[in-house]
Amino acid sequence: MKDIIENIQTKFSISEVTKQRDNQYFISVEKKDAVQVVTYLKDIEKFSNFILLTAVDWIEKGQFQLTYLLSDPINKLDIGVRTFIERENATMDSAHHLWEHTATFQRELKEMFGIDFPGSPRVDEPFLLEGWDNIPPMRREFDTKKYSEETYFPRPGRTTNDPAEHMKKKLYPNEKK
Amino acid sequence: MKILYVLFSFFIILNYGLLQTGFIRRITARVGKRIGVPFYQPYIDLVKNYAIRSQFSHGVMFYLGPVFRLSGGIGIFLFMPLIYGNEMFSNFSMSGDLILILYFMFIGMLGMALGAGEGGHPYSIIGITRGLSQFTTIEVPMTLAVISIAAQYQTLSISEIVAAQQGGFMNWTIMTNPLATAAAMLAFLGMIGYAPFNVVNAPQENPLGPPTEFHGTFLGMLQTNRVILHVIESILFMNLFFGGATNWLALIVKAFIIYFYAVFIGTVFPRFRIDQSIKWFLFIPTILGILAVIFIS
Amino acid sequence: MAEEKNYKIIQPEDTEENKFLKPENYKREVTAPDGETFVVDPINDYFCDAKPQPHAPNTIKIVEKFLNWARSESIWVLGYGTGCGSIEIYPLMTPRFDAYRFGVQQRPTPRQSNLFIISGYLSVKTLKRAIRSYEQMPSPKYVMGLGSCTINGGMYWDSYNTINRLDQYMPVDVYVAGCMPRPEALLAGFMELKKRIKEGKGEGANEYAEKFDWYKANQKKVIKDWNMPDYNW
Repeated sequence: MKDIIENIQTKFSISEVTKQRDNQYFISVEKKDAVQVVTYLKDIEKFSNFILLTAVDWIEKGQFQLTYLLSDPINKLDIGVRTFIERENATMDSAHHLWEHTATFQRELKEMFGIDFPGSPRVDEPFLLEGWDNIPPMRREFDTKKYSEETYFPRPGRTTNDPAEHMKKKLYPNEKK
Repeated sequence: MKILYVLFSFFIILNYGLLQTGFIRRITARVGKRIGVPFYQPYIDLVKNYAIRSQFSHGVMFYLGPVFRLSGGIGIFLFMPLIYGNEMFSNFSMSGDLILILYFMFIGMLGMALGAGEGGHPYSIIGITRGLSQFTTIEVPMTLAVISIAAQYQTLSISEIVAAQQGGFMNWTIMTNPLATAAAMLAFLGMIGYAPFNVVNAPQENPLGPPTEFHGTFLGMLQTNRVILHVIESILFMNLFFGGATNWLALIVKAFIIYFYAVFIGTVFPRFRIDQSIKWFLFIPTILGILAVIFIS
Repeated sequence: MAEEKNYKIIQPEDTEENKFLKPENYKREVTAPDGETFVVDPINDYFCDAKPQPHAPNTIKIVEKFLNWARSESIWVLGYGTGCGSIEIYPLMTPRFDAYRFGVQQRPTPRQSNLFIISGYLSVKTLKRAIRSYEQMPSPKYVMGLGSCTINGGMYWDSYNTINRLDQYMPVDVYVAGCMPRPEALLAGFMELKKRIKEGKGEGANEYAEKFDWYKANQKKVIKDWNMPDYNW
């Protein structure tokens, strides 16, 4: 696994390498390199299995973090390729030409985060949310509780307990704060 | 007077069929270590289905489909002598009724095809296509067996065939013409429609097949027809191959055993796909039927 | 050979209602072979959207009582699972719980079923299908809400995509609380439903027909991508 990382380092500029286990590494690359690194990993280093593509919303930095998770089922190796993209008008190169099912992940990201993947098949069709007309719900500025209360007729009389406080009261009722 | 007798025996057959369905469901449940439905459950289902308040139709043929099916079942019943030598329970049996009964069996299927086709649900169309193609292949060994016994007894009247089999166990067709019996009994499995030949309305595979769109009264009619048809087909086979019956007790015992044979096989074996079942019917039962015709003539 | 189009699609007005209308449901101007032109509105013309009518119970009391008894003893469940609760329905048919004893059977088609079990959370996308199935069932029909998600949203109470209260969208006869309820609780729910039907309270279909506009407004509030006739029977 180590030699694979070194091979990549000679060809691409990698900002960060995280070792999780002996056979699991995460590398961070530039946005323009990301799909190339994935292509290189698939074609040269035999990471033939695409597990998932996911996004994390770093609202403070104004960035999305994308993670491509690949695995090599023969040698039992995993590698994650991380990259940051801009949050405003987020677009990313599509990787659907490498694995067909990548298009589904990209479709979901388009719907949930509003990240566009130009050229990806059926990327504009609704995936889970039919007829969604708000900001994409997985973005952190979307207030899901407020939206739910406005839309879905909350049943009155619902109470919420903080689990720690509740258990304290239940188990040690005599203890003073 | 005759009509009253027919109505009376129809009443007996209907109740017997409903009770038999209930008991068979209970027995198959016991095979699966369940308790199963109460034995009167078919009655309740029937009452409930006739008591459904809202009905919607897809057109004229949608109404006529269950009517055709039910008239097919009743048609078989009308020309079937139930008890040998009893004028009361011979119904409208006449010479040549065997051919008529074979026709009535197909009429129900065809009516169902028209009704289900008008229903417009894709699953019913798939189901009815399978049903028709399977039933066509079932008819081949069945008809060969009928030709064989018609040649053997030189008649096409069920009453006369039963009369020829009287006088002891050794006179039954199953002893005198075992090949035709074998072919017909294999075809019987397909007619009753339990596994392995129930791909027509396999609930897990194509939800319910032909009756997908039928509900309420339509479904009630189909259920009524189903219980009558099962009993009456058992009685047909009893008349043709197992010496008929001279009293009600013999009829019930024999018909139940013949029906239970299909249920037994259905409980034990898994389901054939439609191409497999067609091949199966055109292979062993058909060869048996051809041999039966050759040997008898 | 490309088929020649004999119709012209009319672009819908840019209103809130038409926002999610699919192109195949746009109104179109068709020219008939004899030269006559007329406008076809697929949603209203290809489907019958007559409103549901309430059906009065049988006027003879003892007959209605008998029919209600038959209905309660022969409950056919629509085999349609919406959430995690559907996994709790299948054990009902196994030897351990054996719901057949109580006359409960599963039917694969809404046309023949009486009871619709909403088994767990309902996302908006599923709600659309559930309403369609519910409207296709013949009257009298009953709805059972399974799990806390159908009562007040359960653990998805603040989710952006699951409804909170089922009774805003279709009339519910029985709720079975729990997350998830065990099959025993479901059996208890069946018993409760039977009691209700025998008392003559299982008139959900009539209620739906009477308060149709209110239910439809609630449904359309969450299902923005409607694209079907108002009432699909």
